[in-house]
Parts: sequence; structure tokens; C-alpha cells
Amino acid sequence: MTKRLFVKGNEAVAMGALEAGCRYYFGYPITPQSDIPEYISREMPALGGEFIQAESEIASINMLLGASACGARAMTSSSSPGISLKQEGISYMAGSECPGLIVNISRSGPGLGGIDASQADYFQATKGGGHGGYHIIVLAPASVQEMYDLTMHAFDLSDRYRVPAMILADAVIGQMKEALDPHPYKAPADLPPKDWALTGSGTREVNKVVKSLYLGVGELEQHNLKLHRKYAQMQEQEVRCEGYELEDAQLVVTAYGSTARIAHTAVRIARREGYKVGLLRPITLFPFPKQAYRDHTANGQKVLCVELNTGQMVDDVRLAVPQAEVDFYGRAPGAGSLPTPEEIFAQIRLHCEVH
Amino acid sequence: MKTEEMKQVFARPQALNPVQTHFCPGCQHGVIHRLVAQAMDAFDIQGQTIGVASVGCSVFLYGYFGIDVIEAPHGRAPAVATGAKRVHPRRPVFTYQGDGDLAAIGTSEILHTANRGEPITVIFVNNTTYGMTGGQMAPTTLPSQKTSTSPYGRDESKDGYPIKMTEILAGLEGTAYAARVAVDTPQRVIQAGKAIKKAFQTQVEDNRFAFVEVLSTCPTNWGMNPLEANARVAEEMIPYFPLGVFKDVSA
Ligand SMILES: Cc1ncc(C[n+]2csc(CCOP(=O)(O)OP(=O)(O)O)c2C)c(N)n1
Ligand code: SF4
Repeated sequence: MTKRLFVKGNEAVAMGALEAGCRYYFGYPITPQSDIPEYISREMPALGGEFIQAESEIASINMLLGASACGARAMTSSSSPGISLKQEGISYMAGSECPGLIVNISRSGPGLGGIDASQADYFQATKGGGHGGYHIIVLAPASVQEMYDLTMHAFDLSDRYRVPAMILADAVIGQMKEALDPHPYKAPADLPPKDWALTGSGTREVNKVVKSLYLGVGELEQHNLKLHRKYAQMQEQEVRCEGYELEDAQLVVTAYGSTARIAHTAVRIARREGYKVGLLRPITLFPFPKQAYRDHTANGQKVLCVELNTGQMVDDVRLAVPQAEVDFYGRAPGAGSLPTPEEIFAQIRLHCEVH
Repeated sequence: MKTEEMKQVFARPQALNPVQTHFCPGCQHGVIHRLVAQAMDAFDIQGQTIGVASVGCSVFLYGYFGIDVIEAPHGRAPAVATGAKRVHPRRPVFTYQGDGDLAAIGTSEILHTANRGEPITVIFVNNTTYGMTGGQMAPTTLPSQKTSTSPYGRDESKDGYPIKMTEILAGLEGTAYAARVAVDTPQRVIQAGKAIKKAFQTQVEDNRFAFVEVLSTCPTNWGMNPLEANARVAEEMIPYFPLGVFKDVSA
């Protein structure tokens, strides 16, 4: 058994990435994610990998594109404004089917905003933040252990589908210290070989090309349909979510990441007070666990979506269960706006009693 | 002369595919492609090289060279090449970029890639305009030159000065070789070929960063026929962008 550690969420991301065989990291400093490059810059030389502190987030994402096109497990990490800068590169990676991990330890915005926890990048992450109508895989850890586990999983999913993957968290999960069981990485048996990746052994007859430009009539449409078939397949096979006290729940509280932690406590309080409440926590934000919402609202249950923003994931919940009553409680991100468990419990009580 | 006595004096380089180019008549991208292919042949590295195409008229690199190619976002080829080179440190990696790509949107990437001394070769094609998008003003557009977005001529007081990338990059510690060449006369084509070869040698043998700026034509967007465009290189471009080797640490 591996030794239990007491580490930050950001460190767990770095540890998970290295354990999963990531040997190329490209990034640019920004709070609250800098523990990730700091950790990796310290550990990478001994592993024989490459760490580059790039001149910008734009350069980092394009280094990732180059490394990924050559078949490497590679990553970048940043926080909201930096992730905005990476969007063109992410779109190119999506278009040219380059796997790779992008970590967003998001902060409050818009603009320079603040460094406080925020879930206001949900739309950007899940709806294809750059141009062209693509999606990336988005995973939302809610603990230090999950930062480690889902980082490994993100690499696997990304390689399996040749779709870039994002870990979406915030300072609550990234900066918090918790126990971590750093178990060894085991590659899934079904990972396809990267026979598409550039090796620099092209000839006139066969040369490998990683590109996103398709100018022939019908070519790009076919390419886009291919990408969207992959998204549909992920929707079938890769959805993850977690339920808590959902069996007899009449009110389904739903939240991801940092707010799910707070909502979990709120649901526990509510249960103690006799309210029939449960928590549905999406772990994959894309693909979104639509079916779970259908299952848990099939008998007229109501949904209360809690987010650290002014309402983003709630749109996806409403689309998943158009027949259900879906309410929203959120706080606009910024210093001091993190809701307390009591605050969410008050909302739960309101919904249970009024309706 | 009998067939067996004939000697081949000119052939298509092995690294260049036997296809027609899509470039406009009189465009010198084709000549420059040929010189790059010759350099690959010279070091016998066609089956090893990774090319990084930029956004511009040269985006179809993979159609012309029998090598593996990554298509980079506009201006970012040096960063993409950095990622590729770190994964395949023994493989020759080169970027091929226009002046809009390298000297405007991509200035940060080229500067820092050179400054890191990234062991790649950069071929920079300066035609004083944005070819692909229809002849807008480029950072290299000459004073008073009319383009579709400088219809009254480039005004240095507002638009700034044509940027001399080779001189700038030669000033960086990380750069091992920096030269500016032209391909408007047979003699200059030979010199350009030597410089491009040297730029590959710098990477392959010395594992260092090399940069070659090639002055080139864009007859279509200059509103000239191929001969006029070719003449403009010597008449207007070379006086502002002097040819020569600006840095060669091996010399
Ligand atoms: C982010 C972004 N901005 C703008 C463009 C549009 N664009 C395509 S090619 C190009 C410039 C091409 O000029 P240059 O680099 O000089 O190469 P040339 O076509 O002259 O060979 C521009 C601005 C783009 N593709 N992406
Ligand atoms: S537009 Fe200009 S640069 Fe582009 S192919 Fe034509 S002549 Fe060459």
C-alpha cells in the first residue's frame, strides 16, 4: 500500500499527471494554480521529462499542441484569464484531434476579477470556449483525492477519444490540503496506439499530418460530424456522477466541485432535520450526466442547482429534465461570496416548505 | 549525344513532391520550398524531419514536402515546433512562416523560441504583405507602400517602421545563425540555398537555433506582373532589408 499523504489539491494534480506518465509540461504562472508548475518543475528533471515556463499561455497551449501531435502525454495548467488566452489553441487541438490535459484552477472574473473560488468558467469549459463548435472533456474534482484520480482519468479519456480534456476546479479544491492516497497508475487496456502521431519518418508516399484545415467541398462537414460522433459516444460511455441520499429524496440538490462540498454538508444537516433531500454531483461536466437527472426526477422530484456563479450549469440541468421544476441558488464569485452550508440549508428548507 | 553520355544536372529534390503548386504565377514561395527540400536532401533528413506549417499562403506545406507536418495556429509555429522538438529531440524540426505570421501576431513566440535557443530552423518569408488574406499592410510593408489597408501608403508616423526581424533575432544570445537572403537572381538563389542549408546544419550538427529571412514576391497583391515583382525585390526591398549573414557563431 502507498503511504497516505497530506497535500494540496494542486499538488495532487501534479502528482497524478506525473504518475500517469505525463512527461511534458508547458505553462505560465498565475494564481491560484502556480503550485502545479512549481511541483512539476521540481520533479520533472529526475523523471527525464521536459518542463517549460513559456512566455505566455498562448505559447504554452501551442507547445502542448506540438508535443501532443508528436504523441506525447502532455499538459498545461492555468487559471481563468490564462485559459481565455488558450482558447484558440484549444480549438486547434480539438479540430486536429490532439489529446492533452488543460487544468483550469479558475478564479473570479470577468477581467482580472479576483483570485477567489469561482465556477463562472463552466460555460467556457463545457460549451467549447473557443471558436468552431467543438467540445472538450471536462472533469470536476471535489476533493484532493479526486484531483489525483481524475487527472489520471483525464489523460486516459483524452487519449481514448483524441479529444482535449480539462480539469475544472477552483482555489477551494486546488489550495485545500487533504489526505491523498497516491495509488499507482494503471493504463486501461483499451487505449488505442497513437499511430496517427508524428514521428518524423514521413516519405513522399506516407506522411503524417496533424491539421484542422479542410477546404474540400464536404470535407469539413464530415470532419465535424466525426468529432460530434465522438461526443455522442462519450455521452453513452463516459458519464460520471455521484449520488448521496438520493433514494427517497424529494428535493435533489445538485452542485459540482467546491460547491458540491458545501452542498454535501448542507444536505447532511437537512437530513438530520428530517428533510428528504439528496445530492447529485456531476463529476463529468462534459459529457453531462443527463440520464442521472432524468432518473432522479422521474417521480416529480424537484431540483435545486447550487453554483458559485449566477447560473450556468442550471441551464444544462433544465435541458436534461425539461419536465422537472429546477430552481437555482448561486452567489456571484468574488471575495467573501463562498456560500456556507447553513446558507444552502436555508435554501433547502425554503424549497421543502414553500412547495 | 547518346543517352548514356547524358549527365543529370538538375532534378527535383527528393524531399519535394512531384506536384504542381497552388502559388500564384511569379510567387517565390515555390522557389523557397525547393531550397528547403534541397537542404533536407543535402543532410539526407527527409525521413526524419518534422515541418510546422503556419497560417498564410504556405499552409499547405504537407502537400509539397514528403515529411510529417503539423499545422500551427497563426503566429504560433515556433511554439508548436518547440513542443515537437522537445518530444523528438533528435528529429530536425523547422517552421515556415510568412511576415504577417512571424513578425506581427507571432513576434512573441519567435522571439522567445530564439531566446531559448530552441534547436529548430526557421524559414521566414518576407513579401512585405499579407498574401493569403488579400494584400493588407504587414509589419514589413515598406514606407509609402500601398496595400489594401494602407491605401495612401504606409505612413511611418502612424504605422511605424518595417520591422527587421533578422537583425533583431541576431541580437539574441540564443540565436546561432541569422541571415537574410533573396531569390530574385540565379546567383542569389544559390546564396539563399547555402544559407538555408547552413540553417539546417546549425540544427542538425550543432543543435542550435537558426533563422533565415527570405525576401519574396507577391505579384498578385502587389498588382505587378511576375517580372515587375521580381525587379521590385532588388529595387525596393534589398535597400531597406540588406542581405547578408547577421550572425553565425560557427564562423
Ligand atoms: C488568429 C488569426 N488571425 C488572422 C487570421 C487571418 N490570416 C490568415 S493568413 C494571414 C496572414 C498571412 O500573411 P503572411 O503571414 O505574411 O503569409 P503569406 O500569406 O503572405 O505567405 C492572416 C492575417 C488567422 N487565420 N488567424
Ligand atoms: S497571394 Fe502572394 S504570397 Fe500568396 S501565393 Fe499568391 S503571390 Fe504568393
